[in-house]
Amino acid sequence: MYERGLSRTFTLALFLGPALVGAALFMVGPILASLVLAFMHWDLLTPMRFAGLANFQRLLHDPDFWGALRHTLTFIVGYVPLVMVVGFLVALGLNARIPGRGLLRALYFLPVVTSWVAVGLVWKWLLNPQYGLLNNALGTIGIQGPAWLFDPYWAMPAVILTSLWKDTGFVMTILLAGLQNIPPEYQEAAAIDGASGPQLHRFITVPLLAPALFFALTISLINSFQVFDQVYVMTGGGPAGATTVLIERIVKGAFSYSQMGYAAAMSWALFLLVFGTSFVISRLRARWEP
Amino acid sequence: MTTQLEQVRERPQAARVRRSRSNWPVFILLALGGLVMVLPFLWMVSTSLKPSTDVLTLPPRLIPAQPTTDAYTQVAQSFPLWRALLNSFLVAALTTLGQLVVSAMAGYAFARFRFRGRDALFTVFLGTLMVPFAVTMTPLFIIVKQLGWTNSYAGLIVPAMFSAFGIFLMRQFFLALPVELEEAAVLDGSSTLNTFWRVMLPLTGPALATLTVFSFMASWNNFLWPLLIVSDRNLMTLPLALATLQGVYPGQTQWNLIMAGTVVTVAPMILVFLLAQRWVVEGVTTSGLKG
Repeated sequence: MYERGLSRTFTLALFLGPALVGAALFMVGPILASLVLAFMHWDLLTPMRFAGLANFQRLLHDPDFWGALRHTLTFIVGYVPLVMVVGFLVALGLNARIPGRGLLRALYFLPVVTSWVAVGLVWKWLLNPQYGLLNNALGTIGIQGPAWLFDPYWAMPAVILTSLWKDTGFVMTILLAGLQNIPPEYQEAAAIDGASGPQLHRFITVPLLAPALFFALTISLINSFQVFDQVYVMTGGGPAGATTVLIERIVKGAFSYSQMGYAAAMSWALFLLVFGTSFVISRLRARWEP
Repeated sequence: MTTQLEQVRERPQAARVRRSRSNWPVFILLALGGLVMVLPFLWMVSTSLKPSTDVLTLPPRLIPAQPTTDAYTQVAQSFPLWRALLNSFLVAALTTLGQLVVSAMAGYAFARFRFRGRDALFTVFLGTLMVPFAVTMTPLFIIVKQLGWTNSYAGLIVPAMFSAFGIFLMRQFFLALPVELEEAAVLDGSSTLNTFWRVMLPLTGPALATLTVFSFMASWNNFLWPLLIVSDRNLMTLPLALATLQGVYPGQTQWNLIMAGTVVTVAPMILVFLLAQRWVVEGVTTSGLKG
């Protein structure tokens, strides 16, 4: 900007060099390599062979991939609406003037900062069918709790509920920031005009909160397509493969079966899902806020 | 006229009274929710303070009858847990330091330097943010393996030092600072590096704080990458150590030992959160990062 010639080039290299080398080696390089790999057969031992579209064709007929995709979508369909609605309600509640508001906000945010592996294990213990806190609590009100993570039917709902617990504070915080940006005059004006509580939220709060809602929704969707840590720790994909998810399938493909090309193809399928979803959301958003 | 005005004045007051009265059910619900948020942590600490004989009791006791720290000593005997704590600290601290230096310098270059292809280059950086880790994971593993960095601190730290989000955050912050500051410094004969270091960087405190929290937390809680490149127990970070610990004890899971491990993993992050709440919230929400 200020210096000329050689010294200018040197300064530029000094500031940008580390980032460029890092990006080439650890970000952009691997992305391009992955794109090439998706069209190759490679087991790490024998030389790479060109595969054409074989990896993608295989993906279309691979029951394990479709199973993992189905479980991931089940997770998304259960988790995303829940976390958005609960996060929204908690944000509304904690935006009002209530006693202990600061403490409550901190409590809801607490799980967000913790490691998934750690709290996944805590929940595995809480959900223990016999000695766990949850089933014993249910027992005291006369409900026989299910075997949760050991039951193919209940394992996914258990993972979804645990994820709801962990991420409610995340959605809440984003929406709280949005709520605080809404001038109170708008709501007061609507209240003066006789709007009831629900009407107030439907016609004033939600439209003005749209940017924050869309941000929270997009992040939640992107992250839930990549759900992995909690599943790995809590169920390991079980019982009977009922909770295998996409990332797990890709990791297994690459690191257990050494199918580097096929794993890359699956990862690009995941990319398309994430990208497509973000695109649709951004379109909806554009229509919502012209 | 006057009656109308009075009505206008009265209405919001009435609304406020109504709202504050109806706040009690809301408060009770939220407080119950808050209890649900902390209960797992209390249960975790409680279990970790129980002797092995008291873990599997019915009904479960929330407060241990005879609290003991035996579980912590026992788990450390069979597994390098304290080493994992040290590793986590070391890896998170160095990753964060690296990310701050790389992001601040590159962010400054993108914000202030004029050079050919700058905007295209920046778009490439931003573009990498859209690509899931699963896509780069395999080639990244192969590169790190070629460098001889599997089972090493370098493998855990160096690739994580480069963050498109960090560069983006710093660039935005530098763009918002007035150019006049630098022009004055340059007129006084200050070099670019000197201007950056003495004039500009000290002004980026909030951005650096946000990035520090983001980077430290991401590193502390990262699981998949260490899982791929570390198998040596002495190099494991806490999440990987915990996941491995789960399989260490044959037969019935020793929940008090596992919970001792989770306390060691979770407590430092909670401490960071309590000490730097504002920056933690900022770091998490601006990046969309979730542990």
